[in-house]
Amino acid sequence: MPLDPSFIGRSYPPSQPYDVSREKIREFADAIGATSPAYHDAEAAKALGHRDVIAPPTFAIVVSMKTNETVMFDPELKLDYSRVVHGDQNFTHHRPITAGDQLVSVAHIDAITSRMGNDMITVRTEISTVEGEPVTTAKSMLVVRGEDA
Amino acid sequence: MTVEIGTELPPLSVRLTRADLVRYAGASLDFNPIHWNEKTAKEVGLPDVIAHGMLTMAVASRIVAEWIGDPGAIVEYGCRFGRPVVVPNDDEGALVEVTAKVTKDLEDGTVKVNINAAFEGKSVLTGAFARVRVS
Repeated sequence: MPLDPSFIGRSYPPSQPYDVSREKIREFADAIGATSPAYHDAEAAKALGHRDVIAPPTFAIVVSMKTNETVMFDPELKLDYSRVVHGDQNFTHHRPITAGDQLVSVAHIDAITSRMGNDMITVRTEISTVEGEPVTTAKSMLVVRGEDA
Repeated sequence: MTVEIGTELPPLSVRLTRADLVRYAGASLDFNPIHWNEKTAKEVGLPDVIAHGMLTMAVASRIVAEWIGDPGAIVEYGCRFGRPVVVPNDDEGALVEVTAKVTKDLEDGTVKVNINAAFEGKSVLTGAFARVRVS
């Protein structure tokens, strides 16, 4: 059954705050083989004008995926999570995610479309600090493969 | 920094093994078994375990970060996930080859960098690009 397009424009309650630590950034940078000093060394990051170590550009997925899941598992949306494939991803950084940030994210359903038996849903997650400073806009387009696709 | 349109970034080759996938699963908290369990991958119709699209995207971001020096200059990064990177259960893993080129001055202090990530000669990320602050 196709996803109900009346969910377009729906927003979800803000997530619990996510505390960004130097260690989690280092762990993520190591896992992607990234050696940039700005990810690993607070002094090097400060020399570049940052408050502390910054996170790689895709680190925001760690924060936004949880929020995406609140959408995916919304019982009213009736989405079959086992058929979901990641279609595309975009991050716009208003500033880099930085160690010490406390981040709150809010998910919005921007689009629902259907094509050739597959549903496409675009979830936009607005990530900001608990103080309300915008940090990152993460957009994920997820494909829900149809039964016959 | 003055950046000429058409500048090609130093290329990057990255080998992804099963161990890298497990490590990324832990770091990203994405424990979908298709990225570490052959049985599950094959049950859903994949040829074998595949890399997280987000891992390929993250690895490809390194070409820009290493070129620009300050990864905080990457103000936007996007791609579509075109093809999977299949990772066999051996020491060799899968070779992902990343190239990138400055394609456009966006005239707001940023340039557009188009990124290509290839596996077995075929592009795995479609329309991958970064918008990078250069002044």
